[in-house]
Amino acid sequence: MFGQLDQIFVTLLHWLVGFLPVAWRSLASSLLCIGFVISVFPGLFALVTVIERKGLGRIQNRYGPNRVGPFGFLQFAADGIKSLIKEDIVPRAADHVVHFLAPVVLLIPVLLAYAVLPFGQNMTIADYDAGLLFFFAVGGAVELSIFMAGWSSRNKYSLLGAMRAIAQMLSYEIPLILSAVSVVMIVGSLNLSDIVSHQNHYTFGIAHWYVFTPWGLAGFLIFFIASLAESNRCPFDLPEAESEIIAGYFTEYSGFKFALFFLGEYLGMFAICGLGITLFLGGWTSPVSWLSWIPSYVWFLTKLLAIVFVFIWIRGTLPRLRMDQLMNLAWKFLLPLALVNIVVAGLWHFLGAGALRWLVCAVILAAAYVALGRALMQHQKLGKRIYRFAY
Amino acid sequence: MNPLQFCLLVSALLFSIGFAGAVTRRHAILVLVGIELMLNAGNLNLIAFWRFGPHPEALTGFIFVLFSMALAAAEAAVGLALVIAIYRHKKTSNLDEVKELKG
Amino acid sequence: MSLILVITAVVTLLAAVAAMSLRNLVHSALTLAVSFSGVAAIYLQLNAEFAGFTEILVYVGAIAILIVMAILLTRSGETPEKSVLTSGWLAGIAVTALVFTILGWAVLSSSALPAAPAVPPHVTVKDIGMQLMTQYVLPLEIIGLVLTVAMIGAVVIACKEEAPARILPVVAKTTEPQPAPGNPAAPIPAAAGAFKKAGAA
Repeated sequence: MFGQLDQIFVTLLHWLVGFLPVAWRSLASSLLCIGFVISVFPGLFALVTVIERKGLGRIQNRYGPNRVGPFGFLQFAADGIKSLIKEDIVPRAADHVVHFLAPVVLLIPVLLAYAVLPFGQNMTIADYDAGLLFFFAVGGAVELSIFMAGWSSRNKYSLLGAMRAIAQMLSYEIPLILSAVSVVMIVGSLNLSDIVSHQNHYTFGIAHWYVFTPWGLAGFLIFFIASLAESNRCPFDLPEAESEIIAGYFTEYSGFKFALFFLGEYLGMFAICGLGITLFLGGWTSPVSWLSWIPSYVWFLTKLLAIVFVFIWIRGTLPRLRMDQLMNLAWKFLLPLALVNIVVAGLWHFLGAGALRWLVCAVILAAAYVALGRALMQHQKLGKRIYRFAY
Repeated sequence: MNPLQFCLLVSALLFSIGFAGAVTRRHAILVLVGIELMLNAGNLNLIAFWRFGPHPEALTGFIFVLFSMALAAAEAAVGLALVIAIYRHKKTSNLDEVKELKG
Repeated sequence: MSLILVITAVVTLLAAVAAMSLRNLVHSALTLAVSFSGVAAIYLQLNAEFAGFTEILVYVGAIAILIVMAILLTRSGETPEKSVLTSGWLAGIAVTALVFTILGWAVLSSSALPAAPAVPPHVTVKDIGMQLMTQYVLPLEIIGLVLTVAMIGAVVIACKEEAPARILPVVAKTTEPQPAPGNPAAPIPAAAGAFKKAGAA
């Protein structure tokens, strides 16, 4: 019975498509899958915006929005209506065509990225052989839209924010891709469904998720930090920092276009979390074998919500990084650590099963982490804190 | 016209457009844009011949294209660095004005 | 020869024409990105998926951004008022027309071109990897070397010349005013001590 519940979306798709003549079936199947993505993920976006505001509120010792709907959970509806009826102001000197197209160009690659994520067993929309490459390729196309937004506004702050955002996203793409390369090396395939099915084995009841291995844990942490930077989330949200450059590249956008940017940013965050889950946290598999009766898409959603919750927690806790601190972290710490991680993943494969490879890999990674951390902090002496003006 | 001829014509047209841009525009960066279009046209030609040629399982054309893309990226980087350096030196990126070795 | 291939090809060519003829450079760079995406779509139609994804990753995600950054760094973002064409542009157009005529005639009248095979080739990433590691391993290593050299060369060429001389004094200034812990002779606590005395008096 649980097997059927697991495959319920797949059987529903086949049943609906079966009504049509054969020539129309692939088109109808694609359209239904597109409908699924477009209805589920913006719905999740709506839920997460409310959870984020309430979560941040609680971290800051206040209630979040609690007026609209039960405990404030219909706040997204109020926000949506507000953004639709707001006046759309475009600066007179702005480049109207590019200004109009920027939010659209943001959304298209981000929605395309959902095509290769495995949401459940047999639930990948486009199971490409080079699925991971497709994901990173469309992720790179997002930067062009940020530039379009920043440049077309003809505003110093927007351009500055856009340049910072592009520099940040380009810098953090490299550790992101390198941490994924270590997984690809071990699995031997770029196909995301293959990567998940390689993690679908259980030893003593615990799943073979890659995050439970030393190189997988390091890879997951690198991927996590790089994905925070890719989605312009705190502590890497200098490009859109309100206290620094007003709103960065969103400054001249109002009303629905701003809502589209917001939607695009959150959808990008979900997509990249989904990829992290697929690569390191076992995708749709359950962590322990005695819970594998729970449907696969429920596990995927649970893990996605858990990671989004950690994103919100980090946003409420950590201060923002400066631009040079951000770039130093990417180029001088995460990139060498990701390269060491690749070497360690190779060692893991060639040392064969046993306790030796755990020890060797863990020691090499710990040594690299400590050495790189010290190298990054070479100009600062972190001594006892001295309050200069509080005597 | 079979698909191979169509792809080759598209590639030839893309090459001509890139060539036209590279020799008619004054700005140095647009010359580089034209060069990128020409490289793309060449890659399209290679992929068309790989797809419709006698031995597609040998992957020769395909691998050639991968290397060509990597080289195009390297060449774009160096070319644009040169344009930036010339701008810094001569305060212009107009190819009609950077025709002297002196300075 | 499907309709989608024809439409994609038309879009690519129109975007390429726009990229080469628009006055504003940023618009030109953006239409160039559209043209690259069009070429990637053509690759996907020709069953070269890996090449299509690599094209988007390398060209749209990197080269287009590079061109846009170079446009901004050379302050060419504004639409120019003067002519954008070089002197002798007419000769350029004439040569282009000649080149295209010759290429088109060669393609359309050649009898050596093979027809399409019945089954499109299914290329897996594993096949590409095997070829890259066995038959094409030397070009792979050389490409790695070329990319490293190009990266270092581009940074060296585009780097500002007086940068190394300016960094050291700035670093020295930021590490100076850390008073040693427990040092009563540091100037700042002394000033604060003077303030307290003035307040107590």
